[in-house]
Order: sequence, then structure tokens, then C-alpha cells
Amino acid sequence: MERIDAVVVGGGLGGLTCAYCLAQAGVQVLILERGDHPGSKNVTGGRIYLRPLRPYLPELWDAAPLERAVTKEVITMMGEGSSCTVEFTSDRFLEGPAHSYTILRSRFDKWLGERVMEKGGFVVPQRRVTDLMREDGQIVGVVSEGEEIPAQVVIAADGALSLMAEQAGLRKPLSPRNAAVALKEVIKLAPEVIEERFGLAPGEGAARLFFGTITQGTFGGGFLYTNQETLSLGLVLGIESLLQGETSAETHQIFEAFKGRKEIAHLIQGGELVEYSAHLIPEGGNRSVPKPYGDGILVVGDAAGLALNMGITVRGMEFAMASGYMAAQTVKKAKEKGDFSAATLAHYQTLLKGSFVLQDMETFRNSLEVLENPRMATVYPQRLCKIMEEAFWIGDGPKERISSTVWKGVREGVFSLAALKDLWRLRRI
Amino acid sequence: MEPADKLSLDVFKNDQESHIIINQEICRACELKPCLSICPAGLYSVSEETGEVLIEYAGCLECGSCRVTCPHGALAWNYPRGGFGVQYRYG
Repeated sequence: MERIDAVVVGGGLGGLTCAYCLAQAGVQVLILERGDHPGSKNVTGGRIYLRPLRPYLPELWDAAPLERAVTKEVITMMGEGSSCTVEFTSDRFLEGPAHSYTILRSRFDKWLGERVMEKGGFVVPQRRVTDLMREDGQIVGVVSEGEEIPAQVVIAADGALSLMAEQAGLRKPLSPRNAAVALKEVIKLAPEVIEERFGLAPGEGAARLFFGTITQGTFGGGFLYTNQETLSLGLVLGIESLLQGETSAETHQIFEAFKGRKEIAHLIQGGELVEYSAHLIPEGGNRSVPKPYGDGILVVGDAAGLALNMGITVRGMEFAMASGYMAAQTVKKAKEKGDFSAATLAHYQTLLKGSFVLQDMETFRNSLEVLENPRMATVYPQRLCKIMEEAFWIGDGPKERISSTVWKGVREGVFSLAALKDLWRLRRI
Repeated sequence: MEPADKLSLDVFKNDQESHIIINQEICRACELKPCLSICPAGLYSVSEETGEVLIEYAGCLECGSCRVTCPHGALAWNYPRGGFGVQYRYG
């Protein structure tokens, strides 16, 4: 049977980037996307960091439909009925090409799909892939809606659950330990209101993170990103932590309670809810799939567990795009050799290891174990708020010295053996 | 705001059959039933009459958290057929 060079399962950032690079190099490539268009099944927080990607994809960004260049980083520690916010701005974020942008995936991925078509790749929407085709142990194509599509190589770009990588035996099903669920609302608001409310110039954006009591004892946190004319408001909850924790609330109830906090309510006031979404985040202790290739298959992006939680920054999209690029380089090489066996495709792993993708994953290997300690997400933010509250409070009696208040708070809440250990562990982040 | 009200704002193209099949025998023995609390769309419930676990698959956001959470493998879980299910306009 006639085989095309490469078939990509899933029109997300990893798959689209891979197809874009392959099409550009004249390799036959077909993307099968189960939604109405690339992006229609995709969700991000989100913000994308462009600098790591520019060396690989320098030409893509000027016309890309990004939302706002992030110039303001805000972190809020939430206690019960209190909160403490740190805001950081830097001119450096705007120097040269901007550092990071907020992004909405339905729009962006659709656009990238059009770029793939422009280069001569085929994007076929409304096609779900159910099975891999095999011949003598080698993967030789996919089955979509009952139709066999033979190919020299399959690129599994089917997201965090990656049923394809699972079928290929390259990974196990995601476990509660290795996954977080994100709930998100997109809220429409006039650009001028966004700019005034968040203190931004036109085109500039804010990224806000929220930690503390809002997750009801669960590892995770809230986020808010300003898009051009919408806000992305969301909550991430670690699944294992949620199952083992004390809260009996349903995920959407935890989200509603977060949204109801006055710190959030005033930010979204007057906005119109236009979309509700949910998505899984692979959080394998910042460990990716150990072998993201096999005979006739490569695994990219979330499907390969390439996502990184570094505490104050959470990244996935750059890894997806860079891994897509590297998968394409590997396929080109395999095509030249006329060999798509695992031995040749192992080049992909070498490229990942030589780049920021696996190097960053390695550097931050242990950071998640530190961050998912429930005290980090809940006890310390609350304790900090308590100390601030006492420091600012003027009661009816004489007030003790600020230093005494702070010292007492630190001693009671933070100065324990457990806390000291946590502090020591912070060096791993 | 209830999840159902939020889902009414999303674009869905519904298939005739559920893409998630529940094995009731397994669910009967499951005390925890974490599917009930994990689903961001609140689609899982237990029938008062039969005790069966029910899913309103038409509102599925396709996150897969139920697949990850189900402790006993009671869900035959797939994505909706091509062209069906939620179609995000923002994402």
C-alpha cells in the first residue's frame, strides 16, 4: 500500500509545528484533527514564552495572532478573608521582541494550521484517530474513522492523555499523581477597561497567579491572564492531592468559590462569560516520557509529558513547539536514510537533550515535589497573610512592636521542624 | 453559577451515542466514586432509582480527568467521533 511520509495525530502546537517544518522541507505530511479546525479542542492558561522558540522558528511571530505582551507579573497569596500581593514590572520584558505573550489557542492554532497548508501540508479536520497500524512490530500508519492511512512515520501529538503513545506502549495511562485538572473561564471585557483595571498600556498584558486557601488544601493555584479583549481566569488542581485532601467539594465548586473572592470579583466585574473549558496538565513530577520514540513513531508536546511547573512560571507550549520542530528534523533525517526504525528516530531524543526542552526539565526535575507539598500551597500563604494582618492592625489596646508581631508569627507558623525542612527543600526549585 | 449554565455558553456538536461507556458492575463496588467530584462540568451523578452512575456526555469538555481519576478502570473512554463534541472558540 502507498504510504505518505508522515501522519500527525492532533492539531495542537506540537503537531502543527512539526507539520509546518516538514511541509517547509518538502516532506509529505498530513495532520488529522478531530475538531472542526486545529485549536477547536485546545485549551491553554495561557501564556507563551517566545525567546526559547525564536532560534527554531524565527519567521513565525510577527504576524502571529498573539494577545498581549506580558509586562506585569503579579503573585497573590490568599488567606481566609485576606490576601497579600506582590507586583513585578520590568522594562526588560519589552526590550527587543517581547518576552512572553498571552494567547488563546482556538485562534492561534487555527492560524498556524493555515500556515501549514500554505507550506503544502494537509490539515484534515473532523478526523479522530482510533488505532495505530502495525506491521512486524513497526508502526506503519493510523486508522481514522475506520479508514487506514499508511505512513512511514506517525507523530503522536494527541495531548496530555495521548491514547496513541499509550497504544504504542511508550507510556502508561496518566495516573492521578501525574496529572492536574485546569478549569477556565474566558470573560469578555472592553480592551480599555482591561488596560485601566490592570494598569496596562495598549497591547501590554498582565499575568497573575494566586496561591493559598483558594485551592482548599489541594496542590495547585489560580491564574488570570489578560488577553486583547478577554480575561482568562482559571484554577489548577492536582488530581491526587485533591483525592487525598480534606475537601469534599467538587472541582467546579472550588473554582466558583475562588471566583467569588473579592480579590477576583473586582477584576472580572462587568465582564461577560463567553466560554467555559477544562483541560488536563501532565505534571509527572516534571518527568517526561522516558522514550518518546519507537519504530515508526515519535511523541511530541504534552503527549510526551513535556510540561514544566517551576512554581511561579508554568510552561508547556514552548516545549510542544520545540519538540515538534525536533521531531520534524528527525523525520527529515529518517527520510534521507530511508529508515524509520527506532534506531534512526532516537535522534529525536538526542535533539531534545541538546536543547532547552530536556535541559530545563532536568534542571527543575525536583521542583514539583517541593511545590506540591501542601504546606507550600496553603499553610504558608495563609500564615503570611496572618502576619501582615497583625502588623497592620491597630486594636483597642497598646500595640506591640512590629518586629515582635512578625517574629511571633514566624515562630508560630513557620518556625517548626517541618517548615525548616521545607525551606531547605526550596533550593531544589 | 452552576456548571450547566456555563456549558450553555459553549459550542457543542452532539453525537447520538456516548463516547464514555460506564461499566456499572465495577461502579457498584466503588465506594469513593471520585468521578462525581472531579468532573469540571459536573456531569456525573448517581441515579436515585437504580444506583447506577450516570453521565450526561453531551456536556463533556473532553479533559479526561474522569479517565485519570477512576480507580478501577470502569470507564471505556474515548474522544467523541471526529467533528463531534465541544468546539472551543477561545481555548
